[in-house]
Amino acid sequence: MRGLNSRLKIGLVILAVFICLGGILPFFSTEDPRDWIRHPRNLPPSAEHLLGTTNLGQDTFWLLSYATQNSLFIGLFVAFFATLIGVFAGLAAGFLGGIPDRVITLLADVFIVVPVLPILILMSSLLQGRASLLLISIILIFFNWPWPARQMRSIALSMRERQFVNTARFSGSGTFTILAEEIVPHIFSWAMANFVNTVLVAIATESGLAVIGLSSLEEATLGTMIYWALQHQALLGQRWWWIGSPVVAIIVLFIGLFLISTGISSLSAERRGHGDA
Amino acid sequence: MQFAKFVVTRVIAYVLVIWIGISVVFFVPRFMPSDPVESMLGRIMSSGAYMAADQVEAMRATLTQAFGLEGTLPEQYFGFLHRTFLTRDFGPSLSMFPTPVNELIGRALPWTLSLLLCSTIISWILGNAIGLLAGYKSRWISSRTLEVIAIFVYPIPYYITALILIILFIHINPIFPLFFSVRGEPFSAQFISSAIYNSVLPALSIVIVGFGWWVLSMKALSLSISEEDYVYFAKLKGAGEGRIMTAYVLRNAILPQVTVLALQIGAIFNGALITEILFSYPGLGTMTYNAVLQADYNLLMGTITISIIAVATSTLIIDLLYPLFDPRIRQK
Amino acid sequence: MLRLRNLKCYYDTPRGVVQAVDGVSFEIRPNEVLGIAGESGCGKSTLLKVLYDYIQPPLQIVSGSYEADFPDDNGKVNTIGPGEIREHWWDFISYIPQGSMSVLNPVIRIENQFFDAVPKSHSLKGKREIRERVAAYLKELELPVEVLKSYPHQLSGGMKQRVLVALGTFLHPQIVLADEPTTALDVVVQKGILLMLTALQRQMENTLVVVSHDMGVHYQITNRLAIMYAGKLVEYGPTEAIFNNPLHPYTQMLIQALPRVGDQTQRMGISGRPPNLIEPPAGCRFAARCPKVMEHCAHQEPALTQIEPDHYVSCHLYQGQAS
Repeated sequence: MRGLNSRLKIGLVILAVFICLGGILPFFSTEDPRDWIRHPRNLPPSAEHLLGTTNLGQDTFWLLSYATQNSLFIGLFVAFFATLIGVFAGLAAGFLGGIPDRVITLLADVFIVVPVLPILILMSSLLQGRASLLLISIILIFFNWPWPARQMRSIALSMRERQFVNTARFSGSGTFTILAEEIVPHIFSWAMANFVNTVLVAIATESGLAVIGLSSLEEATLGTMIYWALQHQALLGQRWWWIGSPVVAIIVLFIGLFLISTGISSLSAERRGHGDA
Repeated sequence: MQFAKFVVTRVIAYVLVIWIGISVVFFVPRFMPSDPVESMLGRIMSSGAYMAADQVEAMRATLTQAFGLEGTLPEQYFGFLHRTFLTRDFGPSLSMFPTPVNELIGRALPWTLSLLLCSTIISWILGNAIGLLAGYKSRWISSRTLEVIAIFVYPIPYYITALILIILFIHINPIFPLFFSVRGEPFSAQFISSAIYNSVLPALSIVIVGFGWWVLSMKALSLSISEEDYVYFAKLKGAGEGRIMTAYVLRNAILPQVTVLALQIGAIFNGALITEILFSYPGLGTMTYNAVLQADYNLLMGTITISIIAVATSTLIIDLLYPLFDPRIRQK
Repeated sequence: MLRLRNLKCYYDTPRGVVQAVDGVSFEIRPNEVLGIAGESGCGKSTLLKVLYDYIQPPLQIVSGSYEADFPDDNGKVNTIGPGEIREHWWDFISYIPQGSMSVLNPVIRIENQFFDAVPKSHSLKGKREIRERVAAYLKELELPVEVLKSYPHQLSGGMKQRVLVALGTFLHPQIVLADEPTTALDVVVQKGILLMLTALQRQMENTLVVVSHDMGVHYQITNRLAIMYAGKLVEYGPTEAIFNNPLHPYTQMLIQALPRVGDQTQRMGISGRPPNLIEPPAGCRFAARCPKVMEHCAHQEPALTQIEPDHYVSCHLYQGQAS
């Protein structure tokens, strides 16, 4: 952990907690938290039920663990492919220039502006709550590649003129070799920061859709947990543990992810600063 | 020439945004595993409405027409584009038959626009002002505190902020009403005051989240602009702190912030949709949601199309206002 | 006009104290063109900042003094020092930055960039008055007046530098400091800028201080020259004397590196670079690069001695030749 800034440390600790909660704990679970009426309803937190039980007789803690797993999966899946597509599209635009650049830039600008939520709402309404998480993730990939693409394009443009790229070009390396050997290591930190940020955006968008009951109702995500809690009047019934758990989880997870992404950016900025001096 | 080229590029992008958005809307139902007409019919019938066979047939025809499913695929597609760009007629609402969809949207749109306009402007100005101070006076303790607050507020999605506000100010401290209710004749004093009273929380939740972003980005920008040669030279000129902050740092840092605002309109709109639904605010978001719940496909297509057009138009307006701030585009 | 006595100005950085200006003494006289030469990183720019009385942390004056003779409105000459000189920026002492740097605010018209360069004490009041004065001055300089309504991006590099010269001279200051005024401009434009600077100096009969790493510039326009190396003054005297009879080995290297018309032999580059100023070497700071280094150079610091009238050098080779 040495050499990391405090933002990155805090963020990584938070992420580690959520990876335990969503990535490891579900394997030790003895129950499927999606089953209803397994436990007495609306229990307060106890040793047996760490976060109490829901109005539907689910264990809130295990439900949260299960929901975290799904949300993290969506986030990572979307971020991986969106970043991958974005980085390559952006680099292609920046290095090739000309018509490919114009087309990619225009497409990116267009996809940034088109609001994704109405389209997701339309799709979900047609599927009546049976939209699979995979389908939602694919749509999210479509709408999340433009940010890294724009960023990478400007990086590529500025790097195209730099010395080491020219050296490589004069020494006869092909465009692809330049991309793979010189540029990719150079931009890795940007891609990482963007990756983490996209995880955040993807989870946020899916949860947003889920909160209004338009994501997959057959699966549990942090957003659908909130939806069921709202549907069963957790607010009026003041069952704060039920509605509070996913809300707090989202807040803490997002702050953690955000700290990681800004932490990575400032870390690479520091490194570059030292390198130049 | 530069300026003309700028305008033309923007307008082309504008048409493209609408075209691509609409095309996605067009193709999504066609690539669904289930037949949208049949599933919608099933939904209407399962909601308990009794329909005779001929009524079902009539409904099927209406839905087929509403989905634009008549004719070959190219015919359908061009019919769809024609409707979007030229007539903008989405037919009657199915749940509030026979009120035209356009009339319903006409009622909802001003609510959404005023909510978004007010809250976005407030959070943009407030966030940029504080971000400027935080960046230019980065040694101040208050600057750092504000930045930490912004870091904790920015990543939280709109609907979570909205939920927290609902819990805090509707359920725990009932300061604001549980249900959105505006009283009085339109535009009477009572109407306006109750509309504002009911809109405080939805607006606040949009302001808070946007605020965090603007503070953070403006801080980073003004910090880096403070190190530009022209700011250094302004100090050598003997310009005062306030003058440097406004005429040099702010004037330059505000430009990327205008661009980013244009790019963020879509995201802000997404957030506002859900915020509206959670507060049952009578705008496009709630109307879209009700259309989904009541399987009112005409209304749904209408609100979604108008959403895309509204977002694209706001983006275009901001883009076209940009040269007012940046002489490099205005004059060449 | 302006005198420095054994002035030491250091930067207090986290990595250590940078001894950027370390015991410099000289004077700037009325109606002359003084050059300050040396490689980058030898303290020229810091010295210029100090002359301009722009001393901001981490830069601070450690010891020594400097003062300027400031004639007030009644013609009475007052002596002013650090902290007071800045009260008279632009109408007594002005600064012309390197124009290739983006020192002009990109979003403000040129005419409005003159406002901040009028000190509060100056009789020019109000934006309109300043604009009118600037327009009249540009006409005097035979610069196109449309420039005033333009934005920086619409001007060429040479025109930007001319605007900066105009900005530095329009209040007729006694002392004009020019920091690398020709760097990064092409040769033809360089020539024009130098002509403009010297013409203005002759016309206003004031003092022009030119900082440049380019010995050619100094040869063309300066009357006297100060050579700096690693925060110290190594040689100082009339430009002609220095070019005809360079004393310090460093000066000799700088002059030998100059290209000459018709000379086909390859120019000797200057090998090595200036030492780190956080822990500068003991003795003569040039010892490590000096072709004529002697044993005691590494331990003993040479003193600045006058060799011929008004020509000083700080080098052990000339110890005992003081005139």
